[in-house]
Amino acid sequence: MTHKTLVQISKDLAAGRYSSREITQDIIADIKARDSIYNSFISLSEDLALAQADAADASRIAGDAGILTGVPFAHKDLFCTKGHATTAASKMLENFVPPYESTVGQRLLSAGAVCVGKTNMDEFAMGSSNENSFFGAVKNPWDLTAVPGGSSGGSAAAVAAGLVPAATGTDTGGSIRQPASFCNLTGIKPTYGRVSRFGIIAYASSLDQAGPLCQTAEDAAIMLNAMAGFDEQDSTSIQQATPDFSADLNLPLQGLKVGLPKEFFGPGLNSEVADCIMMAVKKIEALGAQIIDISLPNLELSIPAYYVIAPSEASSNLSRFDGVRYGYRCDQPKDLMDLYCRSRAEGFGTEVKRRIMVGTYALSEGYYDAYYVKAQRIRRLIKDDFTRALSQVDVIMGPVAPTPAFNLGSNTKDPVAMYLEDIYTLSANMAGIPAMSTPAGFVNGRPVGLHIMGNYFAEAKLLNIAHQYQQVTDWHLQTPTSNQIKGA
Amino acid sequence: MSWEIVIGLEIHVQLATKSKLFSGAKVGFGAEPNTQTTLVDLGMPGSLPVFNEEALRMAVTFGTAIDAEIGKHSVFARKNYFYPDSPKGYQTSQMDHPIVGMGHLDIQLEDGSTKRIGVTRAHLEEDAGKSLHDDFDGMTGIDLNRSSTPLLEIVSEPDMRSAKEAVAYMRKMHAIVTTIGISDGNMAEGSMRCDANVSIRPKGQQKLGTRAELKNINSFRFIERAINVEVERQIDILEDGGKIAQETRLYDADKNETRPMRSKEEANDYRYFPCPDLLPIKIDDAYIEAIRHTLPELPDQRSARFMSQLGLSQYDAEVLSSSRTLADYFEAVVAVCNDAKLSANWVTGELARYMNQHNLEIDAAPVSATQLGQLINRIKDDTINGKGAKTVLDELWNQAGEVDTIIATKGLKQVSDIGAIENMVDDVIAANSKQVQQYVDAEVEKRGKMLGFFMGQVMKASQGSANPGQVNGLLKKKLDALC
Amino acid sequence: MALENADIEKIAVLARLQLTDNDASDYANSISSILELMEQMQQVDTDGATPLSNPHDATQRLRKDEVTCGNQRDAFMAIAPASEEGLYLVPKVID
Repeated sequence: MTHKTLVQISKDLAAGRYSSREITQDIIADIKARDSIYNSFISLSEDLALAQADAADASRIAGDAGILTGVPFAHKDLFCTKGHATTAASKMLENFVPPYESTVGQRLLSAGAVCVGKTNMDEFAMGSSNENSFFGAVKNPWDLTAVPGGSSGGSAAAVAAGLVPAATGTDTGGSIRQPASFCNLTGIKPTYGRVSRFGIIAYASSLDQAGPLCQTAEDAAIMLNAMAGFDEQDSTSIQQATPDFSADLNLPLQGLKVGLPKEFFGPGLNSEVADCIMMAVKKIEALGAQIIDISLPNLELSIPAYYVIAPSEASSNLSRFDGVRYGYRCDQPKDLMDLYCRSRAEGFGTEVKRRIMVGTYALSEGYYDAYYVKAQRIRRLIKDDFTRALSQVDVIMGPVAPTPAFNLGSNTKDPVAMYLEDIYTLSANMAGIPAMSTPAGFVNGRPVGLHIMGNYFAEAKLLNIAHQYQQVTDWHLQTPTSNQIKGA
Repeated sequence: MSWEIVIGLEIHVQLATKSKLFSGAKVGFGAEPNTQTTLVDLGMPGSLPVFNEEALRMAVTFGTAIDAEIGKHSVFARKNYFYPDSPKGYQTSQMDHPIVGMGHLDIQLEDGSTKRIGVTRAHLEEDAGKSLHDDFDGMTGIDLNRSSTPLLEIVSEPDMRSAKEAVAYMRKMHAIVTTIGISDGNMAEGSMRCDANVSIRPKGQQKLGTRAELKNINSFRFIERAINVEVERQIDILEDGGKIAQETRLYDADKNETRPMRSKEEANDYRYFPCPDLLPIKIDDAYIEAIRHTLPELPDQRSARFMSQLGLSQYDAEVLSSSRTLADYFEAVVAVCNDAKLSANWVTGELARYMNQHNLEIDAAPVSATQLGQLINRIKDDTINGKGAKTVLDELWNQAGEVDTIIATKGLKQVSDIGAIENMVDDVIAANSKQVQQYVDAEVEKRGKMLGFFMGQVMKASQGSANPGQVNGLLKKKLDALC
Repeated sequence: MALENADIEKIAVLARLQLTDNDASDYANSISSILELMEQMQQVDTDGATPLSNPHDATQRLRKDEVTCGNQRDAFMAIAPASEEGLYLVPKVID
């Protein structure tokens, strides 16, 4: 099964080559056998998965099968799964079993997909390396000494290792695109509000957006078709018809205007990564696109502004974890204050606590205007930059990250260095525009992703470009097993 | 030194919606703990709020009723603090952009004059749950049924100068919210409660004194008592040369004192910021005007009409318009008996006495407006006298039944047969020669008072059924003839 | 802006996080350098820019006033760390 795409599995199921139960069992066995190398899963939901697989097989016999019926996938452990532990990779929620399902999860289940388990991640989605997990760091299947990226690092590693054909992720500041880039995957962060946030544990509400990580653009479009759609339970969900994201995949790129912002190619960018990106851009130009130099002058400000807004929202969003109604509670609290302070100190990891404190500080009396309001004004400037740029060009391209996957442990001591890695991804979340990563080459055996950003609701256009690019390149077809795994 | 008292009130009104402010859980008092909660009200991970349109309509209705500016762009903000009855670690409220801006209402003072009190703002927010202090092995129990129940917090200007004014303001606010139907106004169940900001300053001084905030006062009586006792405390401190601390205090009704709230001692920094899970509420003039057109007759208008159209006294008119149900009841009585004055007397007198005794609101009274109207009709057509009417009311209240049936079975029909009454009068005069002599000897202006004795004797002889007017007339005629 | 341990301790109380002395100085260092990163923002003139809270500048959708959920107490209480008689239990609360 290893490295079969979602489309291939869907076809095999339709052709009766195997049943959903068979492939689900195979996949679970494979994860059990191999995931000790990557640590990409926090838990497997074997019983639930087999029940879902049996239901899928039954609906296929009844003639009700759709494209996702019986297809296994994994959820980032930030999506609440009814009856199955949902931890956010935190000790705080180590034993939390939600009695409800996220809207995205429900939509995937309704489409017949089978959830085999929950993937590792940075605790509460705070991190860019998947080293901030209560359940241990995840290793990059391409190089076990490298990080898989974060925060959806487990999802990326699981798909890259060929354990599952697709996984869900969330992207608050690059958490789908950067791991996709580091693991040679296709990952898309949709327009803010395109995918419901209901039932996904919140990090920063105004930035969080869920999307898929897959091997191909075609697979990503199928996953997004199931995941996206208006949800009346989410006030920020967009009330707009959801297009068929697969419909435009085969459109030619003739006449496409591609903007290259000069700020994405500044001195901080690794030159070999820059070479990969420029080669990819040339390929796209060869497909008929026109390349135009543009500017996003406030790009650099996205780092400080993001690291005010996201921690501020997080400090408030994470206040509900207080040891009262669910989750971790400290032993023998001597009074109410002790219950709060110890449960939270013992339940949260270092980076989560750091961001809670940064946010608490930024919102506190006397600092609110200088930090939070100022950051929101800068957020406006960043949005205006994109609006201006996207009136000149159809899409914007550049690198996803300044470097390929860095070594495990290399940035853990210095949070600021880690934050700077997010320079190219944060602005899409700030503006709320869709953005994706597609495989575009390797530097020293570590993958490099091409970043494609588009206007609001232009997911189909992004997927179309990625798909066309994937028709003329084979980066996305390469797998760690087809190369030599380093460090194994 | 002579002190001036300065009071501002923050009134919390629970809006009478069916479901909660941000979830589809039922709103209601008295249910089993934690049975009216959804994952939103419990602050479960991944849960998200969606705003109840009825709460918006009610808030805007209130704004139009107090002639306030309506916020066409209002924003929910998070007020961050940890407390077990606040499940998300923040309360969703409004800060910089409330739904209702500056408005006002008029209160009537004891001297009959009217005073205008400014309403600074009113904003929507969610209620907290409840801490139950029964002992669970030294622990406190938390019930989140009330969590996310919609509240309108109405903040007044510091315009009140006495506890009585504060009570009058609260009563007027109660009349308005019940009249426009946005709340049941039930203070015992916490549907309406208030915090009072109280300070004092030397008469003539402009600068406000340091204030104390009295929390969670839940009856009209307690507002007056809490403010008065707090004012005394502040005067004592200042006259002893001390300083008032700005703090939150709790009124203890049993001890009739205020004391600092321990849980509020720690200086708080609520870190308000716009709630990213909720978006700004935008409404337009058409929406506001449509609501303004649905406004019912407001208490002040109704009171004025009761005076001008029905000839009631200002006092009766205000009492009867103090709640919509009471005013409706009164008007229904008038519709049956066509006598506003008698109706007012019975509704504010005898009926009110029963309601107070049984601690009931008018809509729960066992005597219907139609029954009371019929009863008044029987007084008017001289079928029964006042004493008999009280007996009928008592019967109606306690046993139910029809007015005329009760009169018949209880033999309450009053005797208006002039011959029978004359006989009784003659008997009483004959049997009380001593008192008759005193009457004859008394000065003319004192005789009226002495007539009462003979009235009582005749009414007693008739077992209360004689027509008092006729008895009075005959007695006076016959006794005066002896002088 | 450099934060002292005492500043961190104040923030930690607001955020209800118990810190050891070591934690406090580690956080004082790292958060100070994060705040330094944020200083960059102050160099930009943002006077004309309206604060952006939602990327779409969207407005709130309204929900019909309907009761859509029944009693789910058993399901929610089952995952509570401490409960009794349908109540969540916490150490004694003092008003």
